Amino acid sequence: MHILHISGAITLLAGSIFLVLGALGVVRMPDPFNRIQAGTKATTLGTILVMSGLGMLHPSWLPKLFILIFFIVITNPISSHVLARVMHNLQVPLWSKKDQLSEEEE
Amino acid sequence: MKNLFIFSVLLFSVWVLLNASIDKSILIVGGFLSIILSLLFSKNRSIFSSIKISPKSFLYFFLYIFVLLIEVIKANFDVARRVIMPTIPINPGVVEVKTKLKSPVARLILANSITLTPGTLTVDIKDETLLVHWIDVKSTDLEKTTKYIAASFEKYLEVIYG
Repeated sequence: MHILHISGAITLLAGSIFLVLGALGVVRMPDPFNRIQAGTKATTLGTILVMSGLGMLHPSWLPKLFILIFFIVITNPISSHVLARVMHNLQVPLWSKKDQLSEEEE
Repeated sequence: MKNLFIFSVLLFSVWVLLNASIDKSILIVGGFLSIILSLLFSKNRSIFSSIKISPKSFLYFFLYIFVLLIEVIKANFDVARRVIMPTIPINPGVVEVKTKLKSPVARLILANSITLTPGTLTVDIKDETLLVHWIDVKSTDLEKTTKYIAASFEKYLEVIYG
């Protein structure tokens, strides 16, 4: 019981660290495509870890948390894919090191 | 028939997980409802009809989930590293990837898996070509990108979907 409590807390902490890194990535990345990359990946594992940590703290919630994880893994890539596709169709320019250099020269 | 079977098993397992109990009455109601619902809705969908049901595809399904899990963890550490480093080490670009998979559902799963793997994000699918945004472009050659991004998943999906 005690061990389950501690490991659940550690898993929750790890998950929230990944979520914070994902948010930081959304702020730091230079263009929308890269922001989506950071936003999708870090949040997927972050949410999975938070859910499993909750499952360790409250074992009776496990089945429902399992369903939540399943739907998050299915829907998270689809939403980011739709955003990326819209940006591609609107021809949002890609960030590249060259652009940055030429802006600095001006 | 196969469609109907997989659909009702899926509905039934979600029902049991949501109820979080294996009481006799709950199992009976759930089984009844899932069979009726799958009978109602299995006429004009072919989502599951391209799945092969055999012991080998079952085994490969679990192997695939295992491989995907490892890739997701790798992706997270990769992105976390890029975010933390002061000089954001990225070299983004859009590359094309060709897939051998025929079934639309298999292509959907492949596209989703590519999005979840390190540094790649599926932008668009046109027939056999996937447009992929790559955070750190190593090559723009079609064969090399296909080998690097898609090959590890295609191996498993080819067995599960014919």
